[in-house]
Amino acid sequence: MNQKELAVIRGTIRSNRRLDIIFAVAGFIALLVGVMAFVTLFAQMVYTGWERLNPDFFMNFPSRRAANAGILSAWVGSLLVMLVTAVSAVPLGVAAGVYLEEYAPKNLITDIIEINVSNLAGVPSIVYGLLALGVFVYAFGFGQSILSAGLTLGLLILPVVIVATREALRSIPIHIREGAYGVGATRWQVVRDHLVPYSTPGIMTGVIIGMSRAIGETAPIITIGALTFIAFLPPMPISGTAPFVNFEWLWSGFTVMPIQMFNWTSRPEEAFQQNAAAAGLILVFMTLMMNGVAIWLRYRLRKSISW
Amino acid sequence: MRSMHKTVLAAACFALFASAAHADAIVKIDGSSTVYPITEAVAEDFQKSTKGAVKVTVGISGTGGGFKKFCRGETDISDASRPILKKEMDDCAKAGIKYYELPVAFDALTVVVNPKSKVSQLTVAQLKTMWEPAAQGKVTKWNQVDASFGDANLKLFGPGSDSGTFDYFTEAVNGKSKASRGDYTASEDDNVLVQGVARDAGAIGYFGYAYYVENKNKLKAVAIVNPKGKAVLPSEQAVIDGSYSPLSRPIFIYVNEKSLEKPEVRQFVEFYMKNAAALTSEVKYVPLPAKAYTANLEHIAKKKLGTVFGGEADVGATIEELMSREAKL
Repeated sequence: MNQKELAVIRGTIRSNRRLDIIFAVAGFIALLVGVMAFVTLFAQMVYTGWERLNPDFFMNFPSRRAANAGILSAWVGSLLVMLVTAVSAVPLGVAAGVYLEEYAPKNLITDIIEINVSNLAGVPSIVYGLLALGVFVYAFGFGQSILSAGLTLGLLILPVVIVATREALRSIPIHIREGAYGVGATRWQVVRDHLVPYSTPGIMTGVIIGMSRAIGETAPIITIGALTFIAFLPPMPISGTAPFVNFEWLWSGFTVMPIQMFNWTSRPEEAFQQNAAAAGLILVFMTLMMNGVAIWLRYRLRKSISW
Repeated sequence: MRSMHKTVLAAACFALFASAAHADAIVKIDGSSTVYPITEAVAEDFQKSTKGAVKVTVGISGTGGGFKKFCRGETDISDASRPILKKEMDDCAKAGIKYYELPVAFDALTVVVNPKSKVSQLTVAQLKTMWEPAAQGKVTKWNQVDASFGDANLKLFGPGSDSGTFDYFTEAVNGKSKASRGDYTASEDDNVLVQGVARDAGAIGYFGYAYYVENKNKLKAVAIVNPKGKAVLPSEQAVIDGSYSPLSRPIFIYVNEKSLEKPEVRQFVEFYMKNAAALTSEVKYVPLPAKAYTANLEHIAKKKLGTVFGGEADVGATIEELMSREAKL
């Protein structure tokens, strides 16, 4: 190889390295765009809303006086709606996912269902709100209640849960299935004792991603008739007299965090902007908490699996 | 263990459906976002005065959305920033719902410009030049409205077409409800309009008086030449004496007659009329004269059902005239 060729090769290497660096920088900038946008928003919220974060803010009902207004009915409402969402979407989603992955025959109908499930994940949330208004609120007579809202958001995150369940099931090594079938387990036994336990971390992740989306939803909740001013809490689920538990809270009117925030941002008084920022901070914190719990659970559950 | 789970589950299901029929003393209100601050203030104080024995909920579905629920019998009271329309009257009649129409306050639609602007007063005709549908794409400079206004670009800001404010302004200025040019910056969030006008020297916009009061340092209100030829700035006084015309309008609550038979609703409405004047000023709206609130209570006592507007938009009527008109369902 002569000097000339060597120089050409070195030149190629150098220019390729340069491309490497250029891409690294471009990638970093792309990352910064997203991260900086979030950090700026978050910093703005902290800066504006910080001084409103005191115990009273959590324990007060909404008020026309910004300084007295709090998010009690909103955070309780959000929490209860999320509870209904989880209770309705998780069993349905997991069952549907398991069926599609393990039981469903591979034919045209299954294909159509699969395509529709994936498409459902992309349907605008307001469409779910309109559907729920007709079905839950009027046809089923659930009214403008926590139950209706929870089921609506449950429908909204159902596709996410189904897809996550299927992905989780697919990631289980085929040997586990074959081994279990090999010792004579039935399909149901394989699903119950092996597949579902092993895929729980993945399913949990999907559920939490869905829930994090649901907690910030405003449009479908407004469509089904969430309230803006509500200065009382739903009835307590636990009471001193038999039957000790009751579900009256499911039928109660409610509001949620994003609606409370939206209402405050549209107020003329400047002081309400502070409240909105503080409420936004809490909402971000609630989402982070949910994600944190998901990561922790996933870690715990992964540790207990030994293949 | 298994069977215990089942028992709990069965009990839970039973509790779920047994509780469905449960009823509380609740006053349900929904409707206009313009009326919302007043109703919210009343609801807040009312709940305190009854020590939580009566619960009040207030939603924001807009005047139209509120009437839809009201005429299905889902709400006891509807907040409305305009009188009930013919179609809504028909819906209510079909469902057998009769109602009282109670004006609760005035809102002065305020036309604002950037503080740097030379404009300090406008006639309704000049507003029409800017806002009429025919102006779309053609009237783009201030000097097309009046030569003395300079050649700055005209930037328009206003509420979206779902808003009662938009309905009223277009009716008062362009002579037809909802007739407006479309090429302006529209937002349902009045704070967006405030920001827009505050940032652009050639901007003009309109929204409710409360938003102007809270942002006086960023905006300049424009005096509107009233039918008597006098330029008047919006103020509580000018609205009450009727000189701020035609951009001041009454806003209402509509009360379901059947609901009013429930003691908690009656109690709430009476509380509303007694405290409206003070609370209205507190949330930066203009209260009606005291006798209007007592007249409302008299109308209820005398069962004066229905609307005095007959389903038509109405611009510039005084409150005294409205109170003395015959009501129709």
